[in-house]
Amino acid sequence: MIWVDTVIQGVLLGGLYTLFATGLSLVFGIMRLVNLAHGDFIIFGAYVILVLVTWMGLDPFLAVLIAMPFMFALGYVLQIVMLNKVIGDEILPPLLVTFGLSIVVQNVLLEGFTADTQRIHAQELQIASVDLGVATVGVLPLLTFGSAILVIVILQQIFYRTSLGRAFRATSDDPVTASLMGIKTDNIFAIATGIAMVVVTISALYLGMRASFDPAIGPARLIYAFEAVIIGGLGSFWGTLVGGVIIGVAQVLGAAVNPEWQILSGHVAFIIVLLVRPRGLFPKAGL
Amino acid sequence: MSQSSKYSVETKTRTSSIFGICLILLVILAVFVPALVSRSVLQDLFFILTMLVLAQFWNLLAGYGGLVSVGQQAFVGIGSYIFFGAIILWGVNPVPAVLLGGLAALALAVPIAFFAFRLQGAYFAIGTWVCAEVTRLIVAQWKQVGGGTGTSMPRDARKEMWGSEWIAQVFDVRASAALDILAYWLALVLVVLTIGGIYWLLRTKRGLGLAAVRDNLEAAESVGVGATRMKWVVFLVSAFGTGLTGAIIYLQKARISPDAAFSLVDWTAFVLFIVVIGGIGTIEGPIIGVLVLFTLQSLFADYGTWYLILLGASGIFVMLFAPRGIWGMITDKTGLQLFPIRRRLTISNKNNEKKGNENG
Repeated sequence: MIWVDTVIQGVLLGGLYTLFATGLSLVFGIMRLVNLAHGDFIIFGAYVILVLVTWMGLDPFLAVLIAMPFMFALGYVLQIVMLNKVIGDEILPPLLVTFGLSIVVQNVLLEGFTADTQRIHAQELQIASVDLGVATVGVLPLLTFGSAILVIVILQQIFYRTSLGRAFRATSDDPVTASLMGIKTDNIFAIATGIAMVVVTISALYLGMRASFDPAIGPARLIYAFEAVIIGGLGSFWGTLVGGVIIGVAQVLGAAVNPEWQILSGHVAFIIVLLVRPRGLFPKAGL
Repeated sequence: MSQSSKYSVETKTRTSSIFGICLILLVILAVFVPALVSRSVLQDLFFILTMLVLAQFWNLLAGYGGLVSVGQQAFVGIGSYIFFGAIILWGVNPVPAVLLGGLAALALAVPIAFFAFRLQGAYFAIGTWVCAEVTRLIVAQWKQVGGGTGTSMPRDARKEMWGSEWIAQVFDVRASAALDILAYWLALVLVVLTIGGIYWLLRTKRGLGLAAVRDNLEAAESVGVGATRMKWVVFLVSAFGTGLTGAIIYLQKARISPDAAFSLVDWTAFVLFIVVIGGIGTIEGPIIGVLVLFTLQSLFADYGTWYLILLGASGIFVMLFAPRGIWGMITDKTGLQLFPIRRRLTISNKNNEKKGNENG
């Protein structure tokens, strides 16, 4: 029975990784851009929420609502002034610019908040748990997993039910033809990055409430996110959920055998999946 | 093509010949530098030389091979760890152990390439990074060389290192300073071999194929360039060179830990900025880039995080506004080429030159 419990904890942890990965997946799906600063933006978001919670005494869930439009604006502006200029056939410019951003964000946070670990406190929520019969699970991990599913459902609705989503899909398929049809691709890309930053903010909230964080842990979150995206198959949101869950379960199982193996077993799971299915589990045609 | 003596294909220019002679003189001078400068200057030079080698190999990968790796710390790490392992566990002398470090990196590069070549572009980049993380996590389990906390080079090994006694006598210095001199010479040899080797490679037919693959994969393949084989060669050669450098760096440091030996910032981020700021896809670029990095470091290293913020911002700035780096701007203005690889058709009897294609 202990194994059932472990697997359930892993699945719930996978919810957090799915949240990390969804923003990355969204941006890659629409503009083929891999943002190497994605993990650092998650940590940045966590600090924004932390500031709102500790300095203004807000409830974390209220703080995240205030942080969302701020992060959206940040993503929008970043895309307009910087990232739109490096999107194209060449792979090096976007990689280097976002890698530079990653270094800058990390060190700005280090300068502003020192290397001390921080945590977003949410009182009773952090210790509350429910008995599911086979296992007792924390309310917070359950909420994280639920949020991941909700985020995916909303994104799917935006993608397939709205005119914005139509523009997203059109630009994703063929930016040149899309712009001939009157779609302002620069603006579409900026909105997409803005939305990705909103998802980043949500994942930052759960990251910050679940465990302590410091400015240096962003790159590792980027790697988990990336692994989840690749396992799921590029551009598939539900695939990303499966990818996140696989990484989460692998990590928790590894940690159950030997605590030092937690991170390693997540990576090994990723490598195995990729060796067996080079295009991920649910590849989308044409991507 | 060269049936007539009237035509010949050349890469040399007059400036490059003069520069070549200066370079040989500079290398000869560099050999005797340990007798002329203080120990701290020598350590600075060692830093410049080793970073230059790392930058040249990353440039070969990304600038010529189109393989943007952010996992080069895997090879620095494994090279230095096998170097330490060979000394501590098998009693190998540190100087030949450097070679074992390089070979270990070469061996590691085979599975990494097998895995990472399945990924394209940005995904290749993060794929190599994952491989580096995996290697770091496994090495951190290696208890005989100190596990997660690392270890120091045994005193005996430092004493008995080939050449160190001779250096100590000739230069009349202590054993620790002799170690710095030895490390400096090894780094110097590596720099000369690396730049010489890469320059030679780029001037051969294979180098031309490499440039063709970089510029247009499909077109290159259609004229018979084996792109996949080329990628393998470039990746393995870079891994070997990076592993050797890692071993030499830790020969000088004499203390190792997984977090330092597999550091993304030290062995990949710095290297990346050196190449980009200096000018990617050229041999001259990394040389300029490493001097820029060293200057920035001397001026701002005391400011810690601000130095890294400045470095990251400079990288972004260069990529946005001058993607070919400092050396790219210089060649645009002056047409100067110190390591010319562009093939030009010269007609000897008329003394006029026709330029070949831009990036040949």
